Amino acid sequence: MSPPATRATAWAIAFAIGLGVLIMLGSRNLAHFDAALVGYTFATLFATFGITYRYAMWLQRPPTRMYWRRGWRAFLAPRALPGNLARFAKRAVVEVAANRFILRRDRMRGVTHLLLMWGCFLAAAITFPLVWGWIHFETVPGHLGLYRAYLFGYATGDFAVSSALAFVVFHGLVWASLLVLAGVMLAFRRRMRDRGAEAVQQFGEDVLPLVLLAAISVTGLMLTISYTWLRGYAYSFLAILHAITVIVTLLWLPFGKFFHIFQRPAQLGVGFYKDEGARGDQARCRRCSRPFAPAQLIRDLITVERDLGFRYEMAGGHYQEVCPACRRALFGLAQGALWTAPAPPPSEDG
Amino acid sequence: MPVPQQLEFFVDPSRCIGCQACVQACTECDTHRGEAMIHLEYVDRAHSVQTVPVVCMHCEQPTCAEVCPADAIKRSGDGVVQSARKPRCIACGNCVVACPFGVPELYIDRAIMMKCDMCYDRTSVGKKPMCATVCPSQALFFGTREQALALRPQSAPTHTFRFGDQTITTRVNVMVPRRAVPSHVDVTAAMAERASGRGLRLPVLDSADPFADVEV
Repeated sequence: MSPPATRATAWAIAFAIGLGVLIMLGSRNLAHFDAALVGYTFATLFATFGITYRYAMWLQRPPTRMYWRRGWRAFLAPRALPGNLARFAKRAVVEVAANRFILRRDRMRGVTHLLLMWGCFLAAAITFPLVWGWIHFETVPGHLGLYRAYLFGYATGDFAVSSALAFVVFHGLVWASLLVLAGVMLAFRRRMRDRGAEAVQQFGEDVLPLVLLAAISVTGLMLTISYTWLRGYAYSFLAILHAITVIVTLLWLPFGKFFHIFQRPAQLGVGFYKDEGARGDQARCRRCSRPFAPAQLIRDLITVERDLGFRYEMAGGHYQEVCPACRRALFGLAQGALWTAPAPPPSEDG
Repeated sequence: MPVPQQLEFFVDPSRCIGCQACVQACTECDTHRGEAMIHLEYVDRAHSVQTVPVVCMHCEQPTCAEVCPADAIKRSGDGVVQSARKPRCIACGNCVVACPFGVPELYIDRAIMMKCDMCYDRTSVGKKPMCATVCPSQALFFGTREQALALRPQSAPTHTFRFGDQTITTRVNVMVPRRAVPSHVDVTAAMAERASGRGLRLPVLDSADPFADVEV
């Protein structure tokens, strides 16, 4: 096994064990652990292993490693830290939570993503603590109409079983399913009608995630329908079917498109690196002398390229010190020069 | 569907007349609708009318993809380097600065890099890219190698470029003189080259290009 893979495996094992310990602690030595959900629990443990492994491998790529370090350094710089904290909060809300950058790409696409993201987030926020035994409910002794919610084994509050709050809370996964299904339908609509999307989409990368989300949502809703209106008809079968869809999705998390959920926050780190670069010296093009990028970015890029084995060194400097506009001009000039160069003398053999 | 291997892109910047038809046509491509991904570069606008159409050359070892920290740029099996995957691109701009041909463009407000993808919606079904469809001087030609050679009896395609010590091979070809086909096109050797057709002189453009920010 290569050193990066060994390191990634070690991190993955550590995170999986860490989650296992948290499950033990949060469920009070499994006292509040629901044995019926054990399949989900092992799926989350495997997903944690897989996600951590892939994340650790990703972080060890030269460009990712460079940006990871630079991003944290820029964020934690003592002078910039107060401002960075404020910017972090703003960007986390505006860009991540409200998906402003996706709405700017395409409004309908942004709405679609908001529905999918918040539906999945709501479902995860409900399901995972339940699966891990971190949350459970008990009837208040002596008050059959009251439920008591426990978090990590600590009582957090009582509410009436027949209250509106109870209805909203106990149907949380229904609301999540409806959000996800609306998002899935909009996403499929785009994928079936947008010729650009049709040209580049791949089944495993773009369609399968939507199929999985739809399967989870539909089977989950069927469970609710079964116990609400059909007196539990086929409930056991539906429960197994729903578990299969969820577990397959959890096991697939590290491998497919869903990995962007964990990758995407890097956008925030890059923002601080770019802020720092904008405040610092700017690189000037070796050909036209115009500033074109932060000098720090160019230096880091040269380092990354050397790590990757690229050799853009040229007489008196590095090709990265030429701005993109001049590179395009050089492309034309180089080709033109071949046509204006004198014809080679005829070879001696004729 | 992949782009058919027998269909290739041939670029001949010396034939470009700067008409901007390619730029306009490029905006019609469905994968980046409304945005032109082709660059029509003025080599030295103050002194020359020389222009260079620059499309993505679709490198066999794409520097843009290698330096992408988000692993967002993928080369499909048919050799086409696709635009950044939207869920992954974090708009760092590494690819923009790293591309040896100066092709990718960063849209900061949308946090996305976009670039020429050889009109994948068209080429993947056997059609020509929009730019090659409209280019009146055939500076941009898309077809078979036999067609290109028959059309340009004095030219030969090459797809090997040199940038300092780095050699880059590409899926897209550039046309060079058939009488002396070089082993590679040495791009950095042109640092001292000057634009052709320098008979024109517009002193008003010497200090700063007043049209630099004009969107065409």
